[in-house]
Amino acid sequence: MKRRTFLTIMGSAGVVSALGTAKVAQAGPHTFPYYADSYGVLHDTTRCIGCRKCEEACNKVNHLPKPKKPFSDLTVCDTHRRTGEYEWTVVNKYKVNGKDVFRKLQCFHCNDPACASACFAKCFTKHPNGAVHYEGSQCVGCRYCMVACPFYVPGFQYDEAFDPLVQKCTFCEPLLMEGKLPGCVQACPKDALTFGRRSDLLRLARARMADNPGKYVNYVYGETDAGGTAWMVLSPAAGQLAASLTPDDAPLAGDEMKQLGLNTHLGHSPMGELTYGALGAVPMIVAFWPVLFGGAYAISKRREAMYKAEKDEKVKEAREDVAAAVDAAVRKIEETQGPGAADTARRAMTEALKARETECKCHGEDK
Amino acid sequence: MSHHSIVIPTKDKLFNLGEFFRPTPGNILTAVILTVGLIITIIRFTMGIGSVTNLSNTQPWGLWIGFDLLCGVALAAGGYFTTVACYVMGMKQFHSAVRPAITTAFLGYGFVVVALLYDLGHPLRLPFMFFFPGTTSVLFEVGLCVATYVTVLLIEFSVAPLEWLSSKYPVLIKWRKLVVHATIVLTIFGVTLSTLHQSSLGALYLIAPEKLHPLWYSPFMPMFFFVSSMAAGSSMVIFEGMFAHKGLHHYMDETHLREADGVVFSFARAASFILFAYFMLKLIDMLVQANLPYVFSGYGAWWLVEMLGFVLLPALLYAKGARDRNLTLCRIASANTVLGIVMNRFNVSMIAFNYNLPSAERYFPSIWEFCISIFVVTMIVTAYRFIIYHMPVLYEHPDFKDEH
Repeated sequence: MKRRTFLTIMGSAGVVSALGTAKVAQAGPHTFPYYADSYGVLHDTTRCIGCRKCEEACNKVNHLPKPKKPFSDLTVCDTHRRTGEYEWTVVNKYKVNGKDVFRKLQCFHCNDPACASACFAKCFTKHPNGAVHYEGSQCVGCRYCMVACPFYVPGFQYDEAFDPLVQKCTFCEPLLMEGKLPGCVQACPKDALTFGRRSDLLRLARARMADNPGKYVNYVYGETDAGGTAWMVLSPAAGQLAASLTPDDAPLAGDEMKQLGLNTHLGHSPMGELTYGALGAVPMIVAFWPVLFGGAYAISKRREAMYKAEKDEKVKEAREDVAAAVDAAVRKIEETQGPGAADTARRAMTEALKARETECKCHGEDK
Repeated sequence: MSHHSIVIPTKDKLFNLGEFFRPTPGNILTAVILTVGLIITIIRFTMGIGSVTNLSNTQPWGLWIGFDLLCGVALAAGGYFTTVACYVMGMKQFHSAVRPAITTAFLGYGFVVVALLYDLGHPLRLPFMFFFPGTTSVLFEVGLCVATYVTVLLIEFSVAPLEWLSSKYPVLIKWRKLVVHATIVLTIFGVTLSTLHQSSLGALYLIAPEKLHPLWYSPFMPMFFFVSSMAAGSSMVIFEGMFAHKGLHHYMDETHLREADGVVFSFARAASFILFAYFMLKLIDMLVQANLPYVFSGYGAWWLVEMLGFVLLPALLYAKGARDRNLTLCRIASANTVLGIVMNRFNVSMIAFNYNLPSAERYFPSIWEFCISIFVVTMIVTAYRFIIYHMPVLYEHPDFKDEH
């Protein structure tokens, strides 16, 4: 690539990122109004019974390979599984204040997804319907999206030799477009999953908390976490379980989100924002480094020139000194021994000087 | 220059491959590693990444990224470090160190790209980043800078092969002149690109604060990666020089041999300062992030090993070695620093990454991943040897003497 072309690209990248930052500044902090009218799902863990019907539906609707153990085997919930390339949703059993609680895991469909921010080939897009869409046809397979996702959601087809892709819950986008519900929501027999507009779901969550004092932790997970997510989670509070608490469990109370495996330390802004500072420095470095190093180069050049001039001056002075001394000596010889001897002396001295100079030069160059 | 026994390829005899076919232990080992590597390469590209790696959905980046990419790029930093010292700062006494440094940097970066192809699900789609530029991604910046910098290094390095081939194809001399004239522009361009991608390798992990241990996670990771890359650059020049003097002594001319020790001591002094600076940066970062309690945990002990044994110790060794003009000490310090860089990159990418997960979900590289990494290093060494045997890198070509 030509240097100029490159600089143009770098420059425009800087402008683009600056524009992006400007837009963010305009939007203010990323809180719940962000994509408020997109669709989402509220997962009420107090209603979930761990029947795995959602897993089964997901598997069927999305034509995923059948697992080794059948979906009727509920013991698999005991191990904390993660979503993967062939299991886009899983239900795990957690002990919350000593009581079993089930939680469904899938892509949270973030409002401003880390995966989309991290992808260098623009495979991920947040659609207005709420889904975070993945475009496999332009995926390079670098898996930076998986590093970036704070929920460990995307899975990669490591066993696929020629067309390995990143896979995750699609929010059943094809079904949404037909006006149908996502497979898992359709299949849930206990109404633990509620589909709706995100803003409505938040109102609904608040209403449930108000109607059932002490039943829920006063926190809708996903409302603002990691910049807000389309899929949100309600967790049971100690109040409801207090009766079953043994003294040993007491210190656990108040820690319900963590016990439910939910990471509450993600902050309230999109994960991608953490990298904006570093990316914003790019145009600055591109602009400033050539100046800085160009300046350093000019300084060192100038110093070299000054050093050389000084040295030349010294050499000249020394040469003049020697010439004067030789002249004086020759005049003296002329006075005492006549012009013939003076000529011989001058020739001898000049030759000796020349020989010495060339010798010095050789050494000097070598140094 | 008293003319020495250096084999300089001529118009009639362009190749000097004899060195590769002598049955020395090094050559035999190289052949074995290259054969095994080729077999694993075939397996990898016909049966998928999962067939040879222990990578998982929780650890999508393993040894191939942690070593081949992160360490590879850091340890190739000698290129920009040496050219800046020589051409920009005007330290002409490093001149004989420039070509070897450029050569190793070019090879380092070239093979970073090769190694990356193993790790990508769709290696052939690598250029897609230019068609669908994800400008919000740090990886996009890394990719763009590395792609451009490899090109810059190729141009800077091209002088050596051009001198080699010019006796047969004199037309190349023109291009060589052009490159030599552009040296300073290329150097400044190179250091800008290096700053960007060395730091953005650290910035890659900024997006995963909850996955990386707090002692290693910091908003200043880009800066840490850049500063440590300078230490890596200077140390690698000393470290590589040590091996070059052992195996390739007879390919060095008098100028190179005379300047070599001076280069070591100057770079040792520079590395000492940089390592001290890095130590202070990390220490203060740890304090202002209120990570002191973590220091007294298991990971804290490991952090202390890294900070004291592989940052502070080499800094002191370098300082003493440079002051006493003790070549051995400087070389020990350089090995210590190189190990430290590798350790730091491993910590960020693997050891302190996913520190919160249960051990069953953690990652340890498979033997095949190690084999591929060794394979890549062996390819670099072999390519380096090929270059040394043919091109004027450790010596000045008699046809182009004093032409810089």
